[in-house]
Amino acid sequence: MSTTVQTPQTTAQAPEQPPAPGRVAAGLFEPRQLLKSLPDALRKLDPRVMAKSPVMFVVEIGSVLTTIMAVKDPSTFAWITTVWLWLTVIFANLAEAVAEGRGKAQADTLRKAKTDTVARRLVGGTSGREERVPGTDLKVGDLVVCEAGDIIPGDGDVVEGVASVDESAITGESAPVIRESGGDRSAVTGGTKVLSDRIVVKITTKPGETFIDRMIALVEGAARQKTPNEIALNILLASLTIIFLFAVVTLQPLAIYSHAEQSIIVLIALLVCLIPTTIGALLSAIGIAGMDRLVQRNVLAMSGRAVEAAGDVSTLLLDKTGTITLGNRQAAEFVALDGVTQAELADAAQLSSLADETPEGRSIVVLAKTAYGLRERDEGELGHAEFVPFTAQTRMSGVDVTNAGVVRRVRKGAASAVNAWVAERGGSVPRRSGELVDGISAAGGTPLLVAVEDAAGARVLGVIHLKDVVKEGMRERFDELRRMGIKTVMITGDNPLTAKAIADEAGVDDFLAEATPEDKMALIKREQAGGKLVAMTGDGTNDAPALAQADVGVAMNTGTSAAKEAGNMVDLDSNPTKLIEIVEIGKQLLITRGALTTFSIANDVAKYFAIIPAMFAVAGGPAGLAPLDKLNIMHLATPESAIISAVVFNALIIVALIPLALRGVRYRPLSADKMLARNLGIYGLGGLVAPFVGIKLIDLLVSLIPGIG
Amino acid sequence: MATNASTRIRVFLAGLRALLVLTVVLGVAYPLAMTGIAQVAFSDQANGSKVKVDGKEVGSSLLGQSFDIVGPDGKSTGQPDPKWFQPRPSAGNYDPLASGASNYGPENADFIQLVKDRKAQVAAFNGVPEDKVPADAVTASGSGLDPHISKAYALIQVDRVAKERGLDPAKVKKLVEDHVDGRVIGILGDERVNVLELNIALQKLAATK
Amino acid sequence: MSPTVAGILQLSLLVALLAAVHRPFGDYMAKVYSSEKHTRPERWIYKAVGADPDSGQRWGIYLRSVLAFSMFSLLGLYALLRLQDKLPWSLGFAPMKADQAFNTAASFTANTNWQSYSGEQAVGHFVQMAGLTVQNFVSAAVGMAVAVALVRGFVRVRSGEIGNFWVDLVRGCVRILLPIAVVGTIVLVASGTIQNLADPHTVTTLSGGHQTVTGGPVASQEVVKELGTNGGGFYNANSAHPFENPNAFTNLVEIFLILVIPFSLPRTFGTLVGSAKQGYAILAAMFTIWFVFVVLMTWTEMHHNGTALEIAGGATEGKEQRIGVPGSSLFAVSTTMTSTGAVNSFHSSFTGLGGGITMLGMMLGEITPGGVGSGLYGMLVMAILAVFVAGLMVGRTPEYLGKKIGAGEMKLVAMYILVVPATILTMTGVALALPGERASILNSDSPHGLSEVLYAYTSGANNNGSAFAGLSANTEYYNVTIGLAMLIGRFVTIALVLALAGRLAEQRQVPETVGTLKTHKPLFVGTLVGVVVIVTGLTFFPALALGPLAEGLA
Repeated sequence: MSTTVQTPQTTAQAPEQPPAPGRVAAGLFEPRQLLKSLPDALRKLDPRVMAKSPVMFVVEIGSVLTTIMAVKDPSTFAWITTVWLWLTVIFANLAEAVAEGRGKAQADTLRKAKTDTVARRLVGGTSGREERVPGTDLKVGDLVVCEAGDIIPGDGDVVEGVASVDESAITGESAPVIRESGGDRSAVTGGTKVLSDRIVVKITTKPGETFIDRMIALVEGAARQKTPNEIALNILLASLTIIFLFAVVTLQPLAIYSHAEQSIIVLIALLVCLIPTTIGALLSAIGIAGMDRLVQRNVLAMSGRAVEAAGDVSTLLLDKTGTITLGNRQAAEFVALDGVTQAELADAAQLSSLADETPEGRSIVVLAKTAYGLRERDEGELGHAEFVPFTAQTRMSGVDVTNAGVVRRVRKGAASAVNAWVAERGGSVPRRSGELVDGISAAGGTPLLVAVEDAAGARVLGVIHLKDVVKEGMRERFDELRRMGIKTVMITGDNPLTAKAIADEAGVDDFLAEATPEDKMALIKREQAGGKLVAMTGDGTNDAPALAQADVGVAMNTGTSAAKEAGNMVDLDSNPTKLIEIVEIGKQLLITRGALTTFSIANDVAKYFAIIPAMFAVAGGPAGLAPLDKLNIMHLATPESAIISAVVFNALIIVALIPLALRGVRYRPLSADKMLARNLGIYGLGGLVAPFVGIKLIDLLVSLIPGIG
Repeated sequence: MATNASTRIRVFLAGLRALLVLTVVLGVAYPLAMTGIAQVAFSDQANGSKVKVDGKEVGSSLLGQSFDIVGPDGKSTGQPDPKWFQPRPSAGNYDPLASGASNYGPENADFIQLVKDRKAQVAAFNGVPEDKVPADAVTASGSGLDPHISKAYALIQVDRVAKERGLDPAKVKKLVEDHVDGRVIGILGDERVNVLELNIALQKLAATK
Repeated sequence: MSPTVAGILQLSLLVALLAAVHRPFGDYMAKVYSSEKHTRPERWIYKAVGADPDSGQRWGIYLRSVLAFSMFSLLGLYALLRLQDKLPWSLGFAPMKADQAFNTAASFTANTNWQSYSGEQAVGHFVQMAGLTVQNFVSAAVGMAVAVALVRGFVRVRSGEIGNFWVDLVRGCVRILLPIAVVGTIVLVASGTIQNLADPHTVTTLSGGHQTVTGGPVASQEVVKELGTNGGGFYNANSAHPFENPNAFTNLVEIFLILVIPFSLPRTFGTLVGSAKQGYAILAAMFTIWFVFVVLMTWTEMHHNGTALEIAGGATEGKEQRIGVPGSSLFAVSTTMTSTGAVNSFHSSFTGLGGGITMLGMMLGEITPGGVGSGLYGMLVMAILAVFVAGLMVGRTPEYLGKKIGAGEMKLVAMYILVVPATILTMTGVALALPGERASILNSDSPHGLSEVLYAYTSGANNNGSAFAGLSANTEYYNVTIGLAMLIGRFVTIALVLALAGRLAEQRQVPETVGTLKTHKPLFVGTLVGVVVIVTGLTFFPALALGPLAEGLA
């Protein structure tokens, strides 16, 4: 009876992760990584590299100036300040280096897969002559042949044959997958290995631009481009830096007028403390780590823009099968006709499905066991049993059991086929059976009729109710999404009735039934015209236009190369549910940036209270400025210790926040209001208070240094 | 390009024409019309709330004036005339052609000395202890034309004025109290005494003695 | 009744009046700027101007119109000042010298009304009317036009057209400012403000001395000076002068006039964007800061800290008896926080902290509630900044009123928040470094002296116009540099705001979801207040420390 073709379970490669709130998991971070990344951090001191981050570039220039001043006019204060300014720069680089370092390990593994391969190029069509060329010489459109044991030399589509392929180099999944010509499983990736059979592959990507190349570039951060939000934030940070630059540079003539001329070192210390170094130092690490979190989930984003867009998505298009429901229909209920016991029906249903290896068939056996306690029987127990497999002609499957010469035939299948079978054998079909069948269809389920022919003649026993089973926890997940302001639309080929039933059960906001690729496309365009950002998953070639149109298009790795080309992300696990996680990662990325920006700006208040009195309310200074000592509310020991404490705090806070930058701010699906309240509380108020405490504590230590305290 | 250039010129000229039109409406028609209405409907106020004594204009009830001793040359000697209630110090010597304030900051050494000197002078002039001298008596107003003093400042001047003019201090005090204006509708501004009006009443009181 | 209680009641009365008026008035203004109909006199004006009132302008043309009009305003006023001896009612005054005429023309065109001249000694009645009064109207109308253009940027979808400047200018003048000015003039004249064309005349005073009593069309200018948050006094003493502000009633009327448009425009904004709540959020942020400043100011002035004031026994130096300390404090905060710059008391003689409050009020960018129009557009720019930071924190590309705040928008916002502080700090630093310019300082060699220069450039660049008037600013150097500061602070910011309006108008509208940051909730108002205070306030902390803080903490 099964209408599904038996295929290798490619969509089930990834173990189903149970959805739980707040599951954007932390990346690993070990303090050891700091040390390991130190050389990289030092290399990044190159001004050409630093200039990319205006805030830290200003700090570096400041550090150079203080060094010169400290050499010219050495003092404990000058040297301590100088060292800590340099540390500020190094800590910032360290953050970036650590973030990049985590990608590097992954890149190395990938590179191993990308060993130079020799390609067996076919000249003159698929049956042409074979020649051996280096993989790097291949051009788009070349045909290459791969046999068991060969490494596929480049990205392409299978044009002839079928083979099992080991894609573990990319996906990390060791189970081989089937690749065959035509259809939606024709794409092969360079660097993967053919395990059996022979295929001919048409190369679709130039060497150097293959999937694996892009992946390496991506995880190493080499291909990292600043995302729109990051650019906007950088503009803000640059302008704040310039404002404070003005404030500090023009402070000197004001100070001179007030008879309180400041040393260059102190002015630089003030500047560095005021400009948003915390976020400036961590900004690129946050971005790299965000991409990294995706990579850890086996998702490759072709651009950072897509990751950011994921955070903005307001409409999610989800394929029903595999995303919302388990891949296949399952038996949910046995409905016996009058005069037939439930047990009788269950027994017959189980018998007819024992040899049915389709998921539907297995689910019937499972239901019989869980609901009616029917033990699964081995074939041997039944005496002589002859199984009747499903064919497209009969649209039935079943079994003929011969026990003590009596033949008992059990059939299950589509209503019309079973009815015909019963009628053919002289049985009658009760009206009730037709009603049941219609009822189940109307509710969106699939009815299978069970009939038997034995000594008592042919008759219908009852109906098996097959239905799509919504994955556990989906409703909660959609509720969550709704709270985040994201609308979910279920896409299905089912008729509207079936679709509605499943949509209601799963709790999606809307559904698109009997969806054609054109319908999908139209839906996306309609949503976008309303200003919404749309995310979807897809794998087939006919999904490609919609994937390209969607703001976030996640192609399944099992999909065609057209689909992978069209989407801006590829899920190596081919798990459509992951779209939800991608959205959360996108949001988390933005939240982390916003939170640390707020923290950074709020920090300035305390630093002013440390540095301003230290600059102006000094012993022997102008009497007119002495009252400023009242601003020293932290009671810092001396002007020198106050300034050093602020600088040290400013540097240490970067290191302290590296784990947060890499891990991302803890994300929970909340409404915007609650999220803002929470983050403002933690990072806004925290940013105001933390430096008061931190600077005071550091001051207690610093003031022990002779010549400072 | 041609249309672009002509657009630019049109916009440019529109700026000039708009200014001219609006100047006629807002800079000529409006103020002249308002002046006309004011002169007809509120002639007294519109012309500066003139104060006349015996038909002769002696100033404006809105403008403070100096009550210094006038020298034989008709100019102020800078010495306060003890016969009159004295107004607040003025940065512009009560000259409406030089309205304005001292602009001294509160820590200015000259200003501190000035306040000290004034305090001593006012105390001595009125024969009261320095702690009885109210703030308005030793600080200049913003306009330099403040027509008012505080009730407290008027009261400490009563004995001196009464003595100088040989009047009953109780009557003079009563005069002051009659001239205390409360806050507008009870809450706006501050209590005050109009010095010019008080002095005119004082002059009348002295004349009827 | 104690002065404090009276002060509280006075403040309550003012707030009640504003609360009663802002809604109908705000809605009225919204109607003025969105109506499609033209009155007959307006049609005559458009014909004379040579503008088609029914055509929309993209931001570039709108800006060019603003600049063309303002340039002719500048040149026209400059010409009047330079030629005033040839004009009627000149009172015999000589032409203003070039640098001062430039400063004055720039000042009135830029809605600043900083005055390095003394009205009663330098400007005749005709120039007061045809030059200064006109600019009091039109510079205010320009500010409102730009604000409305920015609001249209939020409202319009994929259009790029942000209105027609000539229509906005003319309607602002004739439908909003002029009717209120007419009523206001009558109220002021009835209460004692003068309105005549008389020459100064000398009278013999009661004690036998002489006093020259001045005249002039004061009320008609006074009312629009406050209403348009201009602030340039007819006389040197400005609203402390009894002829401009004769009593405590007119004082309250003037404060009301100063605040009425700035505090009503958020309602206009809310009405135009179709969400009154959005308007109230902006209003709440403006009001909160203004209110806190009024309370702080009244508190510090009533406590009259400072050596001289303690000896005197009150912070009455530079204040009028009829207005009192609370009335002066209320006026001072209102005038400095609205870019008005009119004064009824002299800020230089306030307590150290009080002087600092007036300066900080301006440094916040004149947005609480700010000048007519400029306050709204300035606050909206700050709101965009707050949305950007807060929006990131809710995990979405920040959007305000359905418009995304991307890199292009942030570039304009960043320049906006940069240009005024940079101008103030640079010019203050340079002036203090020049020994010749230091000589202009009255309270020399003290934190107060530093404040005088800092105040001057803060006031100029923020288009306020009030002063720590001890500074003798009528020198070539100050006339030119403060003149430039005023033009930069006005027209560079306007260019940025109009560019922003154009960008926003071209965008499509993003629909609101529960994931959208709610910009009408108290939480956002709090964020906005925090951003205003921290981002702009902190920039000036070091400078304020050396000036009013050092003085005020003594």
